[in-house]
Amino acid sequence: MSVLPQETTVSANSSTAAAETRAAKLMKRRSRIRFYEIIVWIAAIAAYFVLPSKMLILTEIAILALFAVSLDLVLGFAGIVSLGHTAFFGLGAYVAGLLALHFIAEPVTGLIVAGIVSGLLGLLTSFLILRGSDLTRLMTTLGIGLMMAEIANQMAWLTGGADGLSGFSPGPILGMFEFDLFGKTGYLYCVGVLFIGTMIMRRIAFSPFGLSLKAIKGNPMRSAMVAVPARKRIVTAYTVAAIFAGMAGALLTQTTSFVSPDVLAFHRSADVLLVLVIGGTGYLYGGIFGAILFTLVKDWLSVITPQYWMFYIGLLLVILVMIGRERLSRWVEYLPERFSKKEDR
Amino acid sequence: MSDIVLETRHLVRRFGAFLATNDVSLKVERGARHALIGPNGAGKTTLINLLTGVLPPSEGQVFLEGEDITSMASFRRVKRGLTRTFQINQLFNEFTPLETVALAIAEREGVGHNLWRSIAGYGKVVDEAAALLARFGLASVMGERTVILPYGKQRLLEIALAFASKPRVLLLDEPAAGVPEDERHEVLQIVSDLPADVTVLLIEHDMDLVFSFANRISVLVAGAVFVEGTVAEISTDPRVKAVYLGENA
Ligand SMILES: Nc1ncnc2c1ncn2[C@@H]1O[C@H](COP(=O)(O)OP(=O)(O)OP(=O)(O)O)[C@@H](O)[C@H]1O
Ligand SMILES: [Mg+2]
Repeated sequence: MSVLPQETTVSANSSTAAAETRAAKLMKRRSRIRFYEIIVWIAAIAAYFVLPSKMLILTEIAILALFAVSLDLVLGFAGIVSLGHTAFFGLGAYVAGLLALHFIAEPVTGLIVAGIVSGLLGLLTSFLILRGSDLTRLMTTLGIGLMMAEIANQMAWLTGGADGLSGFSPGPILGMFEFDLFGKTGYLYCVGVLFIGTMIMRRIAFSPFGLSLKAIKGNPMRSAMVAVPARKRIVTAYTVAAIFAGMAGALLTQTTSFVSPDVLAFHRSADVLLVLVIGGTGYLYGGIFGAILFTLVKDWLSVITPQYWMFYIGLLLVILVMIGRERLSRWVEYLPERFSKKEDR
Repeated sequence: MSDIVLETRHLVRRFGAFLATNDVSLKVERGARHALIGPNGAGKTTLINLLTGVLPPSEGQVFLEGEDITSMASFRRVKRGLTRTFQINQLFNEFTPLETVALAIAEREGVGHNLWRSIAGYGKVVDEAAALLARFGLASVMGERTVILPYGKQRLLEIALAFASKPRVLLLDEPAAGVPEDERHEVLQIVSDLPADVTVLLIEHDMDLVFSFANRISVLVAGAVFVEGTVAEISTDPRVKAVYLGENA
């Protein structure tokens, strides 16, 4: 059986070579920039020129988007559900506020410090979510979120308690770009951070690490059988997600010059989950699309039914879940796949 | 002389009051082509689950190359060269075969933790994945989503995936089940062609396949090792016949 005729060996070799070429192409194609990605970033820049009076709500969207993209890294990739993601958002918001109030007003420094501190909290609490089912994880993360809110409330000497933190204003970004009254600088700053954050998480998504996260979500038993150390990977993913959630919180502080205890409120954790339900999980841009839709719908509802907008948000959630998560997380597949038209099959 | 790679000592697994594995002490030699046979429900899959850490044993120990691995996590056992296929396919539905196999190779090569480089940048990993898929006749579907592949192809991927980890001890749980008749021998041929120092433990119901493949056979009945021996011994053992005939009657 091992002594094969000459022709067979040759054709086997050439078909292997063909397979290798094809595999290399397919792998490159995986991480190619998609059409909708380009549209997103062009639209973000265009909005700056076209909608100068909407800077505040656009800034709000960019911040929520970064927060949601960070959650997608644990929910959409590793499959870890969380009802306490705002613990990291809120911590980042407070760290940025305290830093601006007491030490240094330069925003990028505050952003980085907030990311590091939130990342540390993520690293410490990641060990609590390693065990158990979705339900225990929901409860654990919910608990962490509630505890953070209570700690902020109790440490009023530091956090301002129910009054929050105010009386600071961010300095020029990198000492060069002043924040303006119309929020134009703030918007560009937030979009810039969102862009860099999304690009970093995108790189992670297409790395072996990102693939292993999806394997853990797709089939934990098999992923163990191909030697994926699931716990280590989850700890890393959760920590990275916490860093970017903390940065999103810092952006909110820096663009509003205020930290309210609301940054740690439970509804924020629920909102950001809803954002991902709307936008779809597992491809990062769901966080951006979801944030746009969620904020616009919320804004529109709160104008037409100021008392009952929560009711409609709830209704929307129920409908979306009834339609089914599977179908939801894949709607983006119906968009054109690639920006370039070159066929390379 | 005898070099025992895989060993269990008084292994017991209960599901409630039910004894699925009953005091199994098994020794598998390096390079063996060892078959594990027995009627349905004998506890063959349960034993594989205990060996690979999918289930913890109620009692007893498992040794890999002399080291007690009874409480070692599954992924660590794989890193030490022990891997398996599943009786019921365990694949990544949303992955392509290429991604599936590339993941296993990346983990084996210790680059799975890299979160900054694209997989496309690991040329050797991608090449090896492509070659492996070609060997299993999966090259033409390497870019499809696994979930839409025909069952036979999924079955081949299940086996290819275990090969991707380059195991030193490979446990195959009814690998030929669901593989189209004409490809069965080819699959077992690929298994037979593994290097001589790779140890294979095969669960299989097709006696012809077992007798042509194995050089040693253990018969499991009601969770316990009923008899163990060479192909010649087992194929002529009247008690083994009785077990199978009793089952068929
Ligand atoms: N998780 C479980 N919980 C309860 N009982 C189980 C479990 N897994 C297996 N069993 C029982 O243990 C016994 C052995 O099952 P096992 O799957 O190991 O048999 P098998 O020899 O692999 O059979 P087959 O040839 O049909 O694959 C069966 O009676 C089965 O019902
Ligand atoms: Mg079985």
